[in-house]
Amino acid sequence: MKRALFTIMTLIVLVSACAPAPNVGAITPPYIETGIDPDSWVTVPTGEFPYGQHDHMTPVDEYQIMVTNVTNEQYASFLNKALAAGEIRIGEVEVEAGESVHIADGVAGYYPGDEFHGYKHEEEIKAGDKLYVPLDEDGLRLTYNGQSFAAIPAYANHPMTMVSWFGASAYCEFYGLRLPSEVEWEKAARGTEIGEDGYALPFPWGTEIEANNANFYSSFDLFEKMFGKLGNTTPVGFYNGKTYEGYETQDSDSPYGLYDMAGNVWQWTGDVYEDQHYRYLRGGSFYSYEVDLRVWKNNSASPTYYSAAAGFRCAQD
Amino acid sequence: MQALKQRWNYLFSSTKGLALVAIAMISLVTAIWGMLSGPMVEWGVRDVVVRLFGMVLIQAEREGRIIMLYHTIAMTVVAVEVYFITGMLPMKKHQQTTINATITIGYLTAMIFGLLFGYFGHNFVFHGLFLVGQSLVFFGGILFAAALWPWNKEYLLPPESPKAKTKKGVDLERVAFFVMAVATLLSATFGAVTGSYWGNGHETFLGEDLIRVPHKTALQKAIIGHLHIMLTLIAVALTLIVGNWMKFKGIYHKIAMPMMIIGTIVITAGALSVVWLPWAHTTIYVGSVLVMFAALMYVIYSWDVLIKEGTTDIDKPNFFQKMTALLRDPLKFGAGWQMVFMNFTVSGVGIFMAVKLDEIFRVWPHRDERITLTGHWHILSGIIATIILFYYADIAGMKGKARKWFGWIVIIMSDLAFGAVTVFSMKRLFVTEIEQQNVVNWTMLLTDIGLAAVLVALAVFMLWRLYDLFLANGRWADELKTERRLRAEEEIAESKRKLEELEAALEEELK
Repeated sequence: MKRALFTIMTLIVLVSACAPAPNVGAITPPYIETGIDPDSWVTVPTGEFPYGQHDHMTPVDEYQIMVTNVTNEQYASFLNKALAAGEIRIGEVEVEAGESVHIADGVAGYYPGDEFHGYKHEEEIKAGDKLYVPLDEDGLRLTYNGQSFAAIPAYANHPMTMVSWFGASAYCEFYGLRLPSEVEWEKAARGTEIGEDGYALPFPWGTEIEANNANFYSSFDLFEKMFGKLGNTTPVGFYNGKTYEGYETQDSDSPYGLYDMAGNVWQWTGDVYEDQHYRYLRGGSFYSYEVDLRVWKNNSASPTYYSAAAGFRCAQD
Repeated sequence: MQALKQRWNYLFSSTKGLALVAIAMISLVTAIWGMLSGPMVEWGVRDVVVRLFGMVLIQAEREGRIIMLYHTIAMTVVAVEVYFITGMLPMKKHQQTTINATITIGYLTAMIFGLLFGYFGHNFVFHGLFLVGQSLVFFGGILFAAALWPWNKEYLLPPESPKAKTKKGVDLERVAFFVMAVATLLSATFGAVTGSYWGNGHETFLGEDLIRVPHKTALQKAIIGHLHIMLTLIAVALTLIVGNWMKFKGIYHKIAMPMMIIGTIVITAGALSVVWLPWAHTTIYVGSVLVMFAALMYVIYSWDVLIKEGTTDIDKPNFFQKMTALLRDPLKFGAGWQMVFMNFTVSGVGIFMAVKLDEIFRVWPHRDERITLTGHWHILSGIIATIILFYYADIAGMKGKARKWFGWIVIIMSDLAFGAVTVFSMKRLFVTEIEQQNVVNWTMLLTDIGLAAVLVALAVFMLWRLYDLFLANGRWADELKTERRLRAEEEIAESKRKLEELEAALEEELK
């Protein structure tokens, strides 16, 4: 009897813990207005800052950078303008990934290619049409009616995701902007101060991270409460000290006033390094553990990579 | 006072006592430090532990802290293996005592002060003592290698011995132990030299963070070589230990030992030459094949022995009788089984990754590739730990139902956890990020259940041994008595042999 009871209890625990989780791609959250303007910019002044985990003082010239990630609404607007200008096309496009090539349906545009040195593991990024955004995959928060693009209303102010490095770079270039370099991104995220512990800031808002500072794995944010532990994107500028539907956030902007520089979505940066084809992403995402939200941590992927957890913001001189 | 002294003698002078202390220390560290990561963070346990113990966890120092933790645990595992080896191989008693004492003081100093430095504020006196501890372990290693010297006349095997040997009778198993010890010392030196540049051109990093950096510095490559070969050599040592435990001999032994010796040399040379040679990986593959083939010989032999021993009363045992015989002792079966299981979760995955690196894994984002790497070596470390536990549980006198329950819980639940971790780490092969939630939930749950069960079994085992220490005539007293008796007998035999030698020499002189 005891053994049967034990078995039943164990099964109940297992089954209840593993009830089917909703697919992030199929989720529609409520629209939440954060009050942060995604068209706003800040200027980061010329000067040195402590770069990387080991705080190497690194000079950076003055530049401007967006306060938030590019939103779905902004990207939809870009696609409509670029489509009208004939700078992008919609249809099948060859995507090279590793040693394989596959055909994807999506938005594509021309990229002039990278210098190739044939270094170990380096892949050649040839000139040609590149996939910006796939149209037939879960996780895309845009719709296309055959003529124009629109953001899914609930996701209009969420960061644009499912965008490759080519698609991110093209957005910035279309407006005469560029992706920030890794160094610029990090300076904007952590500022120049050295803290009392002798180190520069590990997080944009300070030295420690709490669940309501940022959107990361198992941070129990509003959207995780709705959709499960892996969560979803949050609207840009969500962690600004406001309370949404009873969920209280901390004001977690960076020393220069940027939001979401830790968590929510990884952000493409613009550097193209010699002897490798990888592009680098910064900031961690809602899939990341908190350690990957530390400002010096990076991620890398082929420029063809896109994900429900990767977006971008732009910079300019 | 006498009671305390006797227990002290047991814990710090007998093989079983020393192993018990070291395993208890690892268990304690695992129990406390295990609460700083994984689901413990989500459940808020980490914050409680940090406050309770007054830990100072600065974000920028995390990688350094983890490296200190790895080193303290690795030093202790090395100490446990050394205790086992000095206890099982013929060796002069004063050498055994000196080696064990040096290594014990070394690992305890390294562990205590390493963890104090890493997790309780950077007092550099503690760092110095951490280095002193490691140096003592290294010094103990030199004494250990010297004591193992296989060409010593008294360690030669007689012609009728069924173990692998040279024409002159040199014990090839002892050579394999010796080669492993020397390779470990060499590889430790590699790490130490690089570590000496710490803060002087060399900065702390975790190997898995650098995999995609195309131009690594020599110091970075040296560390990567060091960490890989040290874990490999710990595994080599353990394979030799369990071989000796199972009285490995005969044709399989004769095939295995030369392969283990050559494999250890080749794989060490390969791992360390990563610094200079672009084709070092090819050397590593060659060495790995040889070492793994030697381990396969052990598995075949040990399972064959288990089957034969378990079917002695049956004339022509059928398949099921053979299987029953094979599985009747989970500790002895488990040592070989975990090595086989390792092929699915570690070696197989590693080979698949190497073959498909550019086609699959380098297409994934770095964070996903990184998970496969950390999963891979955590599983290998876990498998090594379970095999050590099987051997220790056997020499600690675990018998009857306790032996079966402990053995099968460790085998089944650890394999469940390691299997789940493997699926988790390779999930991108079959599920995209946005569809991964169920896979993540299931694999994490199974991992937690598996690891928790193993840790509970270990805790019960440790508590049993702790309780035993409070008994006046507990198991510990018998173990101490037995070990002292055996030691005395060996010393008498050694003295007799010396006396005979002296008499022979005297006779020679008088002729």
